Amino acid sequence: MSAAEAAIRALIVDDEELARSLLRELLEPHPEIRILAECANGFEAVKAILELKPDLLFLDVQMPKLDGFEVLELMGGEMAVIFVTAYDQYALRAFEVHAVDYLLKPFNAARFEGALERAKRRLGQKLPPVAELAAAARPPTQYLERIAVRDGAKVHVIPVDKLDYVEAQDDYVLLKTEGSRHLKQQTISGLEGCLDPARFVRLHRSYIVNLERIVKIEPYSKDSRVAILTDGARLPVSRAGYARLSALWDKL
Amino acid sequence: MHPILASKARLGLYLLAWLPLVAMLSRLLAASGDMSWYEALALAAPLGVLYAFVCLSAWYLCRFVPIRPSGVPRLLLANLSAAALASLLCVTIGMGLDARYAQAAQQLLVIGVLLYLLAAALHYVLLALESSRAAERREMEARILTREAELKALKAQVDPHFLFNSLHSISALTSADPGRAREMCVLLSDFLRRSLGLGERTSVPLEEELSLARDFLAVEQVRFGSRLRVEEDIDAAARLCRVPPLLLQPLVENAVRHGITNLLEGGWIRLEARSTDGRLEIAVENNFDRDAPAPRRNGLGLANVRKRLEVRYGSAARLEVRVLEDRYRVELELPAEREGES
Repeated sequence: MSAAEAAIRALIVDDEELARSLLRELLEPHPEIRILAECANGFEAVKAILELKPDLLFLDVQMPKLDGFEVLELMGGEMAVIFVTAYDQYALRAFEVHAVDYLLKPFNAARFEGALERAKRRLGQKLPPVAELAAAARPPTQYLERIAVRDGAKVHVIPVDKLDYVEAQDDYVLLKTEGSRHLKQQTISGLEGCLDPARFVRLHRSYIVNLERIVKIEPYSKDSRVAILTDGARLPVSRAGYARLSALWDKL
Repeated sequence: MHPILASKARLGLYLLAWLPLVAMLSRLLAASGDMSWYEALALAAPLGVLYAFVCLSAWYLCRFVPIRPSGVPRLLLANLSAAALASLLCVTIGMGLDARYAQAAQQLLVIGVLLYLLAAALHYVLLALESSRAAERREMEARILTREAELKALKAQVDPHFLFNSLHSISALTSADPGRAREMCVLLSDFLRRSLGLGERTSVPLEEELSLARDFLAVEQVRFGSRLRVEEDIDAAARLCRVPPLLLQPLVENAVRHGITNLLEGGWIRLEARSTDGRLEIAVENNFDRDAPAPRRNGLGLANVRKRLEVRYGSAARLEVRVLEDRYRVELELPAEREGES
Protein backbone atom coordinates (compact mmCIF):
# COMPACT_ATOMS: atom_id res chain seq x y z
CA MET A 1 0.00 0.00 0.00
CA SER A 2 1.55 3.32 -1.02
CA ALA A 3 1.50 6.44 1.12
CA ALA A 4 -0.87 8.19 -1.28
CA GLU A 5 -3.49 5.46 -0.95
CA ALA A 6 -3.24 5.41 2.81
CA ALA A 7 -3.56 9.20 3.02
CA ILE A 8 -6.01 10.56 5.54
CA ARG A 9 -8.02 13.28 3.88
CA ALA A 10 -8.45 16.23 6.23
CA LEU A 11 -10.31 19.53 6.28
CA ILE A 12 -9.44 22.59 8.38
CA VAL A 13 -12.32 24.82 9.48
CA ASP A 14 -11.60 28.02 11.44
CA ASP A 15 -12.65 31.62 10.90
CA GLU A 16 -9.25 32.94 11.98
CA GLU A 17 -6.48 32.90 9.40
CA LEU A 18 -3.75 32.54 12.03
CA ALA A 19 -5.46 29.55 13.63
CA ARG A 20 -5.67 27.82 10.24
CA SER A 21 -2.03 28.52 9.47
CA LEU A 22 -0.97 26.99 12.78
CA LEU A 23 -2.82 23.73 12.01
CA ARG A 24 -1.31 23.70 8.53
CA GLU A 25 2.14 24.14 10.02
CA LEU A 26 1.65 21.36 12.55
CA LEU A 27 0.42 19.01 9.82
CA GLU A 28 3.45 19.67 7.60
CA PRO A 29 5.63 16.87 9.06
CA HIS A 30 2.78 14.38 8.43
CA PRO A 31 2.80 13.25 4.79
CA GLU A 32 0.09 10.70 5.63
CA ILE A 33 -2.39 13.55 6.15
CA ARG A 34 -3.57 15.36 3.07
CA ILE A 35 -5.21 18.75 3.59
CA LEU A 36 -8.09 18.90 1.12
CA ALA A 37 -9.14 22.46 1.84
CA GLU A 38 -9.34 25.19 4.43
CA CYS A 39 -12.65 26.82 5.24
CA ALA A 40 -13.06 30.24 6.83
CA ASN A 41 -16.69 29.76 7.90
CA GLY A 42 -19.45 27.23 8.43
CA PHE A 43 -21.02 27.67 5.00
CA GLU A 44 -17.76 26.91 3.21
CA ALA A 45 -17.32 23.94 5.53
CA VAL A 46 -20.72 22.42 4.65
CA LYS A 47 -19.97 22.77 0.95
CA ALA A 48 -16.48 21.31 1.28
CA ILE A 49 -17.60 18.37 3.40
CA LEU A 50 -20.30 17.46 0.87
CA GLU A 51 -17.97 17.77 -2.09
CA LEU A 52 -14.79 16.32 -0.67
CA LYS A 53 -16.05 13.85 1.94
CA PRO A 54 -13.04 14.16 4.28
CA ASP A 55 -12.02 11.48 6.80
CA LEU A 56 -10.87 13.95 9.41
CA LEU A 57 -12.20 17.37 10.38
CA PHE A 58 -10.41 20.02 12.44
CA LEU A 59 -13.40 22.10 13.48
CA ASP A 60 -13.55 25.45 15.26
CA VAL A 61 -16.69 25.79 17.39
CA GLN A 62 -17.12 29.59 17.48
CA MET A 63 -17.74 30.93 13.98
CA PRO A 64 -20.03 33.65 12.64
CA LYS A 65 -23.60 32.72 11.54
CA LEU A 66 -23.07 28.97 11.45
CA ASP A 67 -21.04 27.47 14.28
CA GLY A 68 -19.16 24.19 14.37
CA PHE A 69 -22.00 22.25 16.03
CA GLU A 70 -24.48 23.48 13.41
CA VAL A 71 -22.16 22.38 10.62
CA LEU A 72 -22.11 18.86 12.04
CA GLU A 73 -25.87 18.80 12.56
CA LEU A 74 -26.31 19.38 8.84
CA MET A 75 -23.98 16.55 7.89
CA GLY A 76 -24.80 12.91 7.50
CA GLY A 77 -22.16 10.25 7.40
CA GLU A 78 -19.19 9.55 9.58
CA MET A 79 -16.03 11.54 10.11
CA ALA A 80 -13.42 11.81 12.79
CA VAL A 81 -13.87 15.24 14.36
CA ILE A 82 -11.28 17.11 16.40
CA PHE A 83 -12.86 20.20 17.95
CA VAL A 84 -10.61 23.24 18.19
CA THR A 85 -11.91 25.84 20.63
CA ALA A 86 -11.00 28.34 23.31
CA TYR A 87 -13.97 27.25 25.41
CA ASP A 88 -13.20 24.43 27.76
CA GLN A 89 -16.87 23.77 28.51
CA TYR A 90 -17.53 22.97 24.83
CA ALA A 91 -14.39 20.88 24.60
CA LEU A 92 -15.27 18.85 27.67
CA ARG A 93 -18.77 18.13 26.41
CA ALA A 94 -17.45 17.18 23.00
CA PHE A 95 -15.04 14.79 24.67
CA GLU A 96 -17.78 13.22 26.78
CA VAL A 97 -19.81 12.50 23.68
CA HIS A 98 -16.88 10.76 21.99
CA ALA A 99 -15.61 13.39 19.68
CA VAL A 100 -12.30 11.92 18.63
CA ASP A 101 -10.54 14.60 20.62
CA TYR A 102 -10.42 18.29 21.31
CA LEU A 103 -7.73 20.95 21.18
CA LEU A 104 -8.00 23.84 23.60
CA LYS A 105 -6.62 27.09 22.22
CA PRO A 106 -3.76 27.69 22.71
CA PHE A 107 -2.25 24.18 22.40
CA ASN A 108 1.27 22.87 21.87
CA ALA A 109 2.72 20.43 19.35
CA ALA A 110 2.69 17.50 21.78
CA ARG A 111 -1.01 17.96 22.49
CA PHE A 112 -1.66 18.20 18.75
CA GLU A 113 0.29 14.99 18.05
CA GLY A 114 -1.71 13.21 20.74
CA ALA A 115 -5.00 14.22 19.17
CA LEU A 116 -3.80 13.19 15.73
CA GLU A 117 -2.71 9.76 17.02
CA ARG A 118 -6.12 9.26 18.58
CA ALA A 119 -7.81 10.24 15.34
CA LYS A 120 -5.73 7.76 13.34
CA ARG A 121 -6.58 4.94 15.73
CA ARG A 122 -10.26 5.80 15.67
CA LEU A 123 -10.46 6.03 11.88
CA GLY A 124 -10.28 2.25 11.59
CA GLN A 125 -13.17 1.80 14.04
CA LYS A 126 -16.82 2.61 13.82
CA LEU A 127 -17.47 6.29 14.53
CA PRO A 128 -20.72 7.77 15.84
CA PRO A 129 -22.75 9.71 13.22
CA VAL A 130 -21.61 13.31 13.34
CA ALA A 131 -25.11 14.76 13.68
CA GLU A 132 -25.55 12.81 16.91
CA LEU A 133 -22.24 14.09 18.15
CA ALA A 134 -23.31 17.68 17.54
CA ALA A 135 -26.67 17.32 19.26
CA ALA A 136 -25.03 15.86 22.35
CA ALA A 137 -22.20 18.40 22.45
CA ARG A 138 -24.46 21.46 22.49
CA PRO A 139 -24.89 22.89 26.00
CA PRO A 140 -28.25 21.55 27.21
CA THR A 141 -29.35 24.69 29.02
CA GLN A 142 -29.38 26.88 25.92
CA TYR A 143 -32.48 27.13 23.77
CA LEU A 144 -32.03 27.49 20.05
CA GLU A 145 -31.94 31.04 18.71
CA ARG A 146 -31.64 29.91 15.09
CA ILE A 147 -32.08 26.74 13.07
CA ALA A 148 -29.79 25.74 10.24
CA VAL A 149 -31.27 23.80 7.32
CA ARG A 150 -29.54 22.42 4.27
CA ASP A 151 -30.86 22.25 0.75
CA GLY A 152 -28.15 20.43 -1.17
CA ALA A 153 -24.97 22.38 -0.51
CA LYS A 154 -26.94 25.55 0.26
CA VAL A 155 -27.44 26.38 3.91
CA HIS A 156 -30.25 28.56 5.28
CA VAL A 157 -30.13 29.93 8.79
CA ILE A 158 -33.57 30.67 10.21
CA PRO A 159 -33.82 32.82 13.34
CA VAL A 160 -36.47 31.20 15.57
CA ASP A 161 -38.28 34.56 15.81
CA LYS A 162 -39.12 34.17 12.13
CA LEU A 163 -40.61 30.71 12.61
CA ASP A 164 -44.43 30.52 12.28
CA TYR A 165 -44.89 26.85 12.99
CA VAL A 166 -43.28 23.43 12.63
CA GLU A 167 -45.02 20.43 11.12
CA ALA A 168 -43.89 16.81 11.49
CA GLN A 169 -43.45 14.93 8.20
CA ASP A 170 -42.19 11.37 8.78
CA ASP A 171 -38.48 11.66 9.65
CA TYR A 172 -38.45 15.34 8.79
CA VAL A 173 -39.82 18.55 10.17
CA LEU A 174 -41.23 21.25 7.92
CA LEU A 175 -40.25 24.71 9.14
CA LYS A 176 -42.72 27.38 8.03
CA THR A 177 -41.63 31.01 8.04
CA GLU A 178 -43.14 34.01 6.34
CA GLY A 179 -42.63 33.35 2.66
CA SER A 180 -40.73 30.07 2.87
CA ARG A 181 -40.77 26.45 3.92
CA HIS A 182 -37.76 24.32 4.74
CA LEU A 183 -37.39 20.63 5.43
CA LYS A 184 -34.94 19.45 8.05
CA GLN A 185 -34.09 15.90 9.00
CA GLN A 186 -35.07 15.83 12.65
CA THR A 187 -37.93 14.50 14.77
CA ILE A 188 -40.51 17.00 16.00
CA SER A 189 -39.93 15.91 19.61
CA GLY A 190 -36.20 16.43 19.19
CA LEU A 191 -36.79 19.96 17.96
CA GLU A 192 -39.42 20.68 20.62
CA GLY A 193 -36.80 19.99 23.29
CA CYS A 194 -34.48 22.63 21.82
CA LEU A 195 -37.03 25.45 21.58
CA ASP A 196 -37.85 27.87 24.39
CA PRO A 197 -41.10 26.53 25.94
CA ALA A 198 -42.16 30.07 26.81
CA ARG A 199 -42.24 30.99 23.10
CA PHE A 200 -43.15 27.72 21.36
CA VAL A 201 -45.84 25.22 22.26
CA ARG A 202 -46.63 21.73 21.00
CA LEU A 203 -50.24 22.16 19.85
CA HIS A 204 -50.64 18.67 18.50
CA ARG A 205 -48.70 15.46 17.87
CA SER A 206 -47.59 16.94 14.54
CA TYR A 207 -47.41 20.68 15.25
CA ILE A 208 -45.34 23.18 17.23
CA VAL A 209 -46.44 26.81 16.99
CA ASN A 210 -44.82 30.15 17.69
CA LEU A 211 -47.07 31.63 20.40
CA GLU A 212 -46.86 35.12 18.92
CA ARG A 213 -48.47 33.92 15.70
CA ILE A 214 -51.72 32.70 17.25
CA VAL A 215 -54.67 35.01 16.60
CA LYS A 216 -57.41 32.89 18.13
CA ILE A 217 -58.52 29.38 19.00
CA GLU A 218 -61.87 28.13 17.68
CA PRO A 219 -63.79 24.96 18.48
CA TYR A 220 -63.57 22.46 15.64
CA SER A 221 -65.35 19.32 16.70
CA LYS A 222 -66.61 17.92 20.00
CA ASP A 223 -63.14 17.12 21.22
CA SER A 224 -60.78 19.31 19.26
CA ARG A 225 -60.02 22.91 18.42
CA VAL A 226 -58.29 24.77 15.68
CA ALA A 227 -55.71 27.56 16.02
CA ILE A 228 -55.84 30.42 13.54
CA LEU A 229 -52.53 32.13 12.85
CA THR A 230 -51.70 35.65 11.69
CA ASP A 231 -51.12 34.42 8.13
CA GLY A 232 -54.51 32.68 8.13
CA ALA A 233 -53.13 29.14 8.53
CA ARG A 234 -55.33 26.78 10.56
CA LEU A 235 -53.58 24.22 12.77
CA PRO A 236 -55.29 21.40 14.69
CA VAL A 237 -55.13 21.67 18.50
CA SER A 238 -55.33 18.43 20.46
CA ARG A 239 -56.79 18.25 23.93
CA ALA A 240 -53.32 17.97 25.49
CA GLY A 241 -52.16 20.82 23.25
CA TYR A 242 -54.99 23.03 24.45
CA ALA A 243 -54.11 22.24 28.06
CA ARG A 244 -50.48 23.24 27.45
CA LEU A 245 -51.61 26.44 25.76
CA SER A 246 -54.00 27.34 28.59
CA ALA A 247 -51.27 26.74 31.16
CA LEU A 248 -48.97 29.13 29.27
CA TRP A 249 -51.62 31.80 28.91
CA ASP A 250 -52.49 31.56 32.58
CA LYS A 251 -48.90 32.42 33.37
CA LEU A 252 -49.01 35.60 31.31
CA MET B 1 -39.43 63.62 53.24
CA HIS B 2 -39.49 66.45 55.78
CA PRO B 3 -36.39 66.10 57.99
CA ILE B 4 -38.21 67.11 61.22
CA LEU B 5 -41.55 65.43 60.64
CA ALA B 6 -39.79 62.24 59.57
CA SER B 7 -38.47 61.52 63.06
CA LYS B 8 -40.41 61.66 66.35
CA ALA B 9 -37.28 62.53 68.30
CA ARG B 10 -36.53 65.49 66.07
CA LEU B 11 -40.10 66.74 66.20
CA GLY B 12 -40.02 66.53 70.01
CA LEU B 13 -36.78 68.47 70.15
CA TYR B 14 -38.14 71.08 67.79
CA LEU B 15 -41.31 71.58 69.84
CA LEU B 16 -39.24 71.75 73.00
CA ALA B 17 -37.31 74.63 71.47
CA TRP B 18 -40.59 76.48 71.16
CA LEU B 19 -41.28 76.43 74.93
CA PRO B 20 -39.13 79.48 75.73
CA LEU B 21 -40.66 81.24 72.73
CA VAL B 22 -44.17 80.61 74.04
CA ALA B 23 -43.04 81.90 77.45
CA MET B 24 -41.72 85.07 75.79
CA LEU B 25 -44.97 85.46 73.91
CA SER B 26 -47.11 85.20 77.06
CA ARG B 27 -44.91 87.77 78.76
CA LEU B 28 -45.50 90.11 75.84
CA LEU B 29 -49.24 89.60 75.97
CA ALA B 30 -49.33 90.02 79.74
CA ALA B 31 -47.39 93.27 79.48
CA SER B 32 -49.41 94.77 76.64
CA GLY B 33 -52.88 94.05 77.99
CA ASP B 34 -54.75 93.75 81.20
CA MET B 35 -54.48 90.12 81.96
CA SER B 36 -52.89 87.75 84.37
CA TRP B 37 -49.87 85.58 83.55
CA TYR B 38 -52.14 82.57 83.52
CA GLU B 39 -54.52 84.10 81.00
CA ALA B 40 -51.62 85.24 78.80
CA LEU B 41 -50.15 81.74 78.75
CA ALA B 42 -53.55 80.26 77.81
CA LEU B 43 -53.65 82.69 74.89
CA ALA B 44 -50.04 82.22 73.77
CA ALA B 45 -49.83 78.41 73.93
CA PRO B 46 -52.28 77.50 71.13
CA LEU B 47 -50.93 80.23 68.88
CA GLY B 48 -47.36 79.05 69.55
CA VAL B 49 -48.17 75.42 68.72
CA LEU B 50 -49.97 76.48 65.55
CA TYR B 51 -47.07 78.66 64.49
CA ALA B 52 -44.51 75.95 65.27
CA PHE B 53 -46.17 73.78 62.64
CA VAL B 54 -46.64 76.62 60.17
CA CYS B 55 -42.90 77.27 60.36
CA LEU B 56 -42.21 73.67 59.30
CA SER B 57 -43.51 74.66 55.87
CA ALA B 58 -40.27 76.62 55.39
CA TRP B 59 -38.73 73.28 54.33
CA TYR B 60 -40.61 73.26 51.06
CA LEU B 61 -39.67 76.85 50.40
CA CYS B 62 -36.01 76.05 51.13
CA ARG B 63 -36.03 73.18 48.69
CA PHE B 64 -37.72 75.27 46.06
CA VAL B 65 -35.40 78.25 46.51
CA PRO B 66 -31.94 76.83 47.25
CA ILE B 67 -29.12 79.10 48.40
CA ARG B 68 -27.09 80.19 45.39
CA PRO B 69 -24.69 83.14 45.19
CA SER B 70 -26.47 84.36 42.07
CA GLY B 71 -29.95 84.20 43.57
CA VAL B 72 -29.72 86.38 46.69
CA PRO B 73 -32.50 88.86 45.78
CA ARG B 74 -34.82 86.02 44.86
CA LEU B 75 -33.92 84.20 48.06
CA LEU B 76 -34.64 87.24 50.25
CA LEU B 77 -37.85 88.07 48.44
CA ALA B 78 -39.17 84.53 48.67
CA ASN B 79 -38.33 84.09 52.34
CA LEU B 80 -39.53 87.53 53.45
CA SER B 81 -42.84 87.24 51.65
CA ALA B 82 -43.39 83.72 52.97
CA ALA B 83 -42.56 84.93 56.48
CA ALA B 84 -44.90 87.93 56.21
CA LEU B 85 -47.67 85.78 54.86
CA ALA B 86 -47.29 83.11 57.55
CA SER B 87 -47.14 85.69 60.30
CA LEU B 88 -50.14 87.63 59.03
CA LEU B 89 -52.14 84.44 58.64
CA CYS B 90 -51.45 83.33 62.19
CA VAL B 91 -52.14 86.69 63.77
CA THR B 92 -55.40 87.00 61.82
CA ILE B 93 -56.49 83.55 62.95
CA GLY B 94 -55.52 84.47 66.49
CA MET B 95 -57.58 87.70 66.37
CA GLY B 96 -60.51 85.82 64.94
CA LEU B 97 -60.41 83.44 67.91
CA ASP B 98 -59.87 86.00 70.61
CA ALA B 99 -60.02 89.78 70.34
CA ARG B 100 -57.40 90.24 73.03
CA TYR B 101 -54.65 89.35 70.52
CA ALA B 102 -55.35 92.63 68.78
CA GLN B 103 -53.74 94.53 71.64
CA ALA B 104 -50.32 93.17 70.66
CA ALA B 105 -50.93 92.63 66.95
CA GLN B 106 -47.99 94.71 65.72
CA GLN B 107 -45.43 93.06 67.97
CA LEU B 108 -46.89 89.66 67.18
CA LEU B 109 -46.53 90.29 63.46
CA VAL B 110 -42.88 91.29 63.76
CA ILE B 111 -42.07 88.37 66.03
CA GLY B 112 -43.86 86.05 63.62
CA VAL B 113 -41.77 87.22 60.69
CA LEU B 114 -38.54 86.84 62.68
CA LEU B 115 -39.46 83.38 63.91
CA TYR B 116 -40.33 82.24 60.42
CA LEU B 117 -36.99 83.49 59.09
CA LEU B 118 -35.25 81.66 61.92
CA ALA B 119 -37.08 78.47 60.98
CA ALA B 120 -36.09 78.96 57.34
CA ALA B 121 -32.44 79.30 58.40
CA LEU B 122 -32.74 76.07 60.40
CA HIS B 123 -34.17 74.29 57.39
CA TYR B 124 -31.38 75.54 55.14
CA VAL B 125 -28.89 74.03 57.57
CA LEU B 126 -30.77 70.72 57.54
CA LEU B 127 -30.93 70.82 53.75
CA ALA B 128 -27.18 71.36 53.48
CA LEU B 129 -26.54 68.47 55.87
CA GLU B 130 -28.78 66.19 53.88
CA SER B 131 -27.29 67.06 50.52
CA SER B 132 -23.75 66.58 51.77
CA ARG B 133 -24.75 63.17 53.09
CA ALA B 134 -26.34 62.32 49.72
CA ALA B 135 -23.20 63.47 47.93
CA GLU B 136 -21.14 61.20 50.15
CA ARG B 137 -23.42 58.30 49.39
CA ARG B 138 -23.27 59.00 45.66
CA GLU B 139 -19.51 59.15 45.74
CA MET B 140 -19.40 55.85 47.59
CA GLU B 141 -21.69 54.29 45.02
CA ALA B 142 -19.56 55.67 42.21
CA ARG B 143 -16.46 54.16 43.76
CA ILE B 144 -18.13 50.76 44.08
CA LEU B 145 -19.30 50.84 40.46
CA THR B 146 -15.84 51.80 39.18
CA ARG B 147 -14.43 48.93 41.18
CA GLU B 148 -16.96 46.64 39.55
CA ALA B 149 -16.02 47.88 36.09
CA GLU B 150 -12.39 47.25 36.92
CA LEU B 151 -13.15 43.73 38.08
CA LYS B 152 -15.12 43.12 34.93
CA ALA B 153 -12.25 44.43 32.81
CA LEU B 154 -10.02 42.01 34.68
CA LYS B 155 -12.45 39.23 33.97
CA ALA B 156 -12.49 40.18 30.31
CA GLN B 157 -8.77 39.64 30.28
CA VAL B 158 -9.20 36.02 31.30
CA ASP B 159 -12.26 35.63 29.08
CA PRO B 160 -11.74 32.82 26.57
CA HIS B 161 -13.12 35.20 23.97
CA PHE B 162 -10.16 37.41 24.34
CA LEU B 163 -7.16 36.11 26.20
CA PHE B 164 -7.02 32.50 24.97
CA ASN B 165 -7.68 33.49 21.40
CA SER B 166 -5.02 36.20 21.57
CA LEU B 167 -2.50 33.75 22.99
CA HIS B 168 -3.42 31.30 20.27
CA SER B 169 -2.72 33.97 17.66
CA ILE B 170 0.67 34.59 19.27
CA SER B 171 1.34 30.88 19.25
CA ALA B 172 0.53 30.71 15.53
CA LEU B 173 2.77 33.70 14.80
CA THR B 174 5.84 32.50 16.70
CA SER B 175 7.10 30.37 13.81
CA ALA B 176 5.40 32.09 10.90
CA ASP B 177 6.27 35.67 11.82
CA PRO B 178 8.27 36.04 15.06
CA GLY B 179 8.40 39.81 14.75
CA ARG B 180 4.63 40.12 14.72
CA ALA B 181 4.37 37.59 17.55
CA ARG B 182 6.56 39.82 19.68
CA GLU B 183 4.52 42.85 18.63
CA MET B 184 1.32 41.08 19.67
CA CYS B 185 2.80 40.20 23.11
CA VAL B 186 3.55 43.88 23.62
CA LEU B 187 0.07 44.96 22.52
CA LEU B 188 -1.55 42.50 24.87
CA SER B 189 0.67 43.60 27.78
CA ASP B 190 -0.04 47.26 27.04
CA PHE B 191 -3.74 46.61 27.19
CA LEU B 192 -3.55 44.63 30.44
CA ARG B 193 -1.28 47.16 32.14
CA ARG B 194 -3.32 50.13 31.06
CA SER B 195 -6.68 48.71 32.09
CA LEU B 196 -5.34 47.74 35.51
CA GLY B 197 -4.00 51.25 36.06
CA LEU B 198 -7.07 53.13 34.91
CA GLY B 199 -9.54 51.63 37.37
CA GLU B 200 -7.72 53.07 40.37
CA ARG B 201 -8.35 56.66 39.34
CA THR B 202 -11.55 58.64 39.69
CA SER B 203 -11.33 60.28 36.29
CA VAL B 204 -9.04 60.13 33.29
CA PRO B 205 -8.61 62.20 30.12
CA LEU B 206 -10.69 60.77 27.29
CA GLU B 207 -7.44 60.34 25.34
CA GLU B 208 -6.37 57.63 27.81
CA GLU B 209 -9.67 55.81 27.40
CA LEU B 210 -9.17 55.96 23.64
CA SER B 211 -5.65 54.57 23.99
CA LEU B 212 -7.01 51.62 25.93
CA ALA B 213 -9.65 51.03 23.25
CA ARG B 214 -6.94 51.26 20.58
CA ASP B 215 -4.78 48.68 22.40
CA PHE B 216 -7.74 46.34 22.70
CA LEU B 217 -8.72 46.76 19.06
CA ALA B 218 -5.11 46.34 17.90
CA VAL B 219 -5.00 42.94 19.62
CA GLU B 220 -8.32 41.97 18.06
CA GLN B 221 -7.10 43.17 14.68
CA VAL B 222 -4.20 40.73 14.77
CA ARG B 223 -6.72 37.97 15.41
CA PHE B 224 -9.39 39.01 12.92
CA GLY B 225 -7.06 40.45 10.30
CA SER B 226 -8.79 42.47 7.62
CA ARG B 227 -12.20 41.47 9.03
CA LEU B 228 -11.97 44.22 11.66
CA ARG B 229 -11.79 47.82 10.50
CA VAL B 230 -11.51 50.70 12.96
CA GLU B 231 -12.35 54.35 12.30
CA GLU B 232 -11.87 57.32 14.58
CA ASP B 233 -13.27 60.81 14.49
CA ILE B 234 -12.19 62.65 17.63
CA ASP B 235 -11.86 66.42 17.95
CA ALA B 236 -8.91 67.91 19.82
CA ALA B 237 -11.00 69.52 22.57
CA ALA B 238 -12.70 66.22 23.39
CA ARG B 239 -9.39 64.42 23.96
CA LEU B 240 -8.67 66.55 27.03
CA CYS B 241 -12.06 66.11 28.71
CA ARG B 242 -12.06 63.99 31.83
CA VAL B 243 -14.33 60.95 32.02
CA PRO B 244 -14.83 58.10 34.51
CA PRO B 245 -12.23 55.38 33.84
CA LEU B 246 -13.15 52.26 31.85
CA LEU B 247 -16.27 53.95 30.53
CA LEU B 248 -15.62 53.09 26.88
CA GLN B 249 -14.15 49.62 27.30
CA PRO B 250 -17.46 47.75 27.84
CA LEU B 251 -18.93 49.50 24.79
CA VAL B 252 -15.96 48.65 22.57
CA GLU B 253 -15.98 45.02 23.73
CA ASN B 254 -19.69 44.76 22.96
CA ALA B 255 -19.09 46.22 19.53
CA VAL B 256 -16.59 43.46 18.76
CA ARG B 257 -18.56 40.66 20.37
CA HIS B 258 -21.91 41.46 18.81
CA GLY B 259 -20.61 43.07 15.63
CA ILE B 260 -17.82 41.51 13.68
CA THR B 261 -17.77 38.16 15.51
CA ASN B 262 -21.11 37.41 13.83
CA LEU B 263 -20.28 38.83 10.41
CA LEU B 264 -18.84 36.55 7.73
CA GLU B 265 -17.16 39.38 5.87
CA GLY B 266 -16.15 41.19 9.03
CA GLY B 267 -17.20 44.67 10.02
CA TRP B 268 -16.21 48.07 11.30
CA ILE B 269 -16.14 49.97 14.57
CA ARG B 270 -16.26 53.73 14.68
CA LEU B 271 -15.29 55.87 17.67
CA GLU B 272 -16.47 59.47 17.73
CA ALA B 273 -16.04 62.25 20.29
CA ARG B 274 -16.59 65.97 20.19
CA SER B 275 -16.81 68.70 22.77
CA THR B 276 -18.95 71.81 22.28
CA ASP B 277 -20.64 74.26 24.67
CA GLY B 278 -19.42 72.51 27.80
CA ARG B 279 -20.82 69.15 26.67
CA LEU B 280 -18.89 66.05 25.68
CA GLU B 281 -20.47 63.71 23.13
CA ILE B 282 -19.06 60.24 22.59
CA ALA B 283 -20.35 57.57 20.23
CA VAL B 284 -19.35 53.95 19.61
CA GLU B 285 -20.87 52.55 16.44
CA ASN B 286 -20.56 49.18 14.71
CA ASN B 287 -22.35 47.19 12.04
CA PHE B 288 -23.97 43.89 12.94
CA ASP B 289 -25.78 40.94 11.45
CA ARG B 290 -29.49 41.72 11.42
CA ASP B 291 -30.37 38.03 11.41
CA ALA B 292 -28.38 37.30 14.53
CA PRO B 293 -30.47 36.87 17.68
CA ALA B 294 -30.94 40.05 19.69
CA PRO B 295 -27.85 40.54 21.84
CA ARG B 296 -29.21 40.06 25.33
CA ARG B 297 -25.89 39.76 27.07
CA ASN B 298 -25.25 43.23 25.77
CA GLY B 299 -27.43 44.53 28.56
CA LEU B 300 -24.98 44.03 31.40
CA GLY B 301 -22.08 46.14 30.18
CA LEU B 302 -24.44 48.81 28.93
CA ALA B 303 -26.41 48.88 32.18
CA ASN B 304 -23.18 49.32 34.13
CA VAL B 305 -22.11 52.29 31.99
CA ARG B 306 -25.57 53.87 32.29
CA LYS B 307 -25.58 53.46 36.06
CA ARG B 308 -22.10 54.93 36.43
CA LEU B 309 -23.07 57.98 34.41
CA GLU B 310 -26.20 58.43 36.49
CA VAL B 311 -24.38 58.16 39.78
CA ARG B 312 -21.68 60.57 38.74
CA TYR B 313 -23.59 63.16 36.76
CA GLY B 314 -27.25 62.64 37.66
CA SER B 315 -29.55 64.03 35.00
CA ALA B 316 -26.67 65.94 33.38
CA ALA B 317 -25.57 62.84 31.45
CA ARG B 318 -27.42 60.49 29.16
CA LEU B 319 -26.82 57.24 27.30
CA GLU B 320 -28.78 56.33 24.20
CA VAL B 321 -28.79 53.30 21.95
CA ARG B 322 -29.79 53.74 18.33
CA VAL B 323 -30.26 50.92 15.87
CA LEU B 324 -30.24 52.14 12.28
CA GLU B 325 -30.73 49.19 9.92
CA ASP B 326 -27.51 47.21 10.37
CA ARG B 327 -25.75 49.84 12.47
CA TYR B 328 -25.69 49.76 16.25
CA ARG B 329 -24.78 53.07 17.86
CA VAL B 330 -24.31 53.89 21.53
CA GLU B 331 -24.26 57.61 22.29
CA LEU B 332 -23.05 59.19 25.51
CA GLU B 333 -23.47 62.81 26.41
CA LEU B 334 -21.96 64.24 29.58
CA PRO B 335 -20.65 67.52 30.99
CA ALA B 336 -17.22 68.33 29.57
CA GLU B 337 -14.81 68.50 32.51
CA ARG B 338 -11.40 69.83 31.58
CA GLU B 339 -8.03 69.00 33.07
CA GLY B 340 -7.67 70.40 36.58
CA GLU B 341 -11.38 70.96 37.16
CA SER B 342 -11.96 67.60 38.74
